Amino acid sequence: MINLSKLSKVFNTKDGKVTAVDNIDLTIDEGEIFGIIGYSGAGKSTLIRLLNMLESPSEGSVTIAGKKMEDLSKRELREARQEIGMIFQHFNLLWSRTVKDNIAFPLEIKGVPKEERDKRVNELIRLVGLEGRGGSYPSQLSGGQKQRVGIARALANNPKVLLCDEATSALDPKTTDSILDLLTDINKNLGLTIVLITHEMHVIRKICHRVAVMEQGRVVEQGNVLDVFKRPKEDMTKEFVKQVTEPEETEETLKDLFGEEGIGHILQLTFVGGDAKKPLINNIVRSFDVTVNILQGKISQTQNGPYGSLFIGVDGEASEINRVKDYIREQQVEVEVIHGE
Amino acid sequence: MSKLIAGNILLFPNVNWENMWEATQETLYMSVVALLFTFLFGLLLGLLLFLTDRGNLWENRIIQGVTAAYVNVFRSIPFIILIVLLIPFTRIVVGTMLGPSAALPALIIGAAPFYARMVEIALREIDKGVIEASKSMGASNSQIIFKVLLPESMPALVSGLTVTAIALVSYTAMAGVIGAGGLGDLAYRDGFQRRNTDITLMATLIVLVIVFILQFIGDRLTNRLDKR
Ligand SMILES: Nc1ncnc2c1ncn2[C@@H]1O[C@H](COP(=O)(O)OP(=O)(O)OP(=O)(O)O)[C@@H](O)[C@H]1O
Ligand SMILES: [Mg+2]
Repeated sequence: MINLSKLSKVFNTKDGKVTAVDNIDLTIDEGEIFGIIGYSGAGKSTLIRLLNMLESPSEGSVTIAGKKMEDLSKRELREARQEIGMIFQHFNLLWSRTVKDNIAFPLEIKGVPKEERDKRVNELIRLVGLEGRGGSYPSQLSGGQKQRVGIARALANNPKVLLCDEATSALDPKTTDSILDLLTDINKNLGLTIVLITHEMHVIRKICHRVAVMEQGRVVEQGNVLDVFKRPKEDMTKEFVKQVTEPEETEETLKDLFGEEGIGHILQLTFVGGDAKKPLINNIVRSFDVTVNILQGKISQTQNGPYGSLFIGVDGEASEINRVKDYIREQQVEVEVIHGE
Repeated sequence: MSKLIAGNILLFPNVNWENMWEATQETLYMSVVALLFTFLFGLLLGLLLFLTDRGNLWENRIIQGVTAAYVNVFRSIPFIILIVLLIPFTRIVVGTMLGPSAALPALIIGAAPFYARMVEIALREIDKGVIEASKSMGASNSQIIFKVLLPESMPALVSGLTVTAIALVSYTAMAGVIGAGGLGDLAYRDGFQRRNTDITLMATLIVLVIVFILQFIGDRLTNRLDKR
């Protein structure tokens, strides 16, 4: 659906050249939710703006739905853009227009007749759950509602692709979740390809199928969300993964709290994919001569299955504990000894 | 009623109400017609200033430079000098140097750059993100101008126009220099030169009333338009 090849963007500033996007190759499939994560200044916004040519590439090419974006004439580009919706961190609604008229705006741009426009606007208002607010002005809406208007507006012309630039970064956690749910629904029901950039791993975890990690203009790691969570290669990726898999307290705190108290071993179990639901602990207690103490845990749901860590304290004979570890590994759960031995 | 007239005569013994009314009409005529053209030219100049600026839709160094120079020059010339400088030009355009129409070219040329700067400021206040969002939807430049830039800056455009209208009313007072008439002319010639303080006072009062009405209408309109 989207193909980036050797894409670069260099800005000429007073302080010299800034390479915001550095030779990126990337393929995004039809119907998937593709996340791009990176810290501030990594070049995420520049990359997503290159997709619809809000920024023109210094080198390389962008192909969307078979069209080479950088080769299009001005007019062709405008038409191509009508097939690519975009939503923004700060919503970017027209404050002089009501909710309805904001949603109708892209339809006006396309030249859709008034009657059809009204019909489509009503559909969209229902789709994003803003019934009864059509006559309000953006200043009368909450952040979450504004983003719903933004989404409705982006979907007005039935685009094939939706670009989201930090779409939830200005929202509180609960509102973020409701907007993410809406995006997931849209992806499932309309088969829309969604590209979203964020600096929150939580967002990637919750809705993305695949993820690319960006650092200094380059994609340093990419893959299935679960695979990246399982085996983050780069240090940067590991940091992001920790955001969602590790309990608030770190391993060090665990050692401090329980290390001296006579608990022999502390194990970290890492669940990946479908294994999280197995009655693992129950089986250990029943089948082995050990006592098990659950210390901490955090299991998150991703689009490809659950993922998370569980910290347990185990007491018993050393040989028995070794058998427990082997048993856990047999269940496709990764084990790491945090303390003991 | 007769009491009122009697009072008027007592307070303003030298005012010739017919002349006063005529002067008021002349002032209104000059202000309104000049405002109309000032709005048009000022809006065009302001849009040009904004659109040709760096990073905007029609980025163009040369046009930007020329427009800015024109605006700055004509905004800096004191009106009373401008009106005299423009006498030959007015002769050609209006065909006569008599009556209130003779003041129009100077009024418009003097006020349009003034308004243009306010238009430019109003347009600059528009969130860049909104323009970008419109581009991302595939809007053409003219759609961005007419559906985004102008509507989004409308309250500021109207309040700028109010300020300009009030400035125009005071400019018309100087139009007497070239014999264009109006309240300023009356106040100066019949009032000041002939020592009829009451005529000066009355003319001032009428100008004040006009200004207050303009301000009132402008404020109401601005508030009504502003949905932020
Ligand atoms: N128009 C521009 N002119 C010059 N430099 C720019 C421009 N836009 C972005 N940059 C530079 O490119 C780099 C990447 O910026 P970008 O906005 O893409 O980062 P980001 O990953 O989106 O960051 P954030 O999470 O803070 O939004 C930065 O160093 C920035 O200064
Ligand atoms: Mg950004």
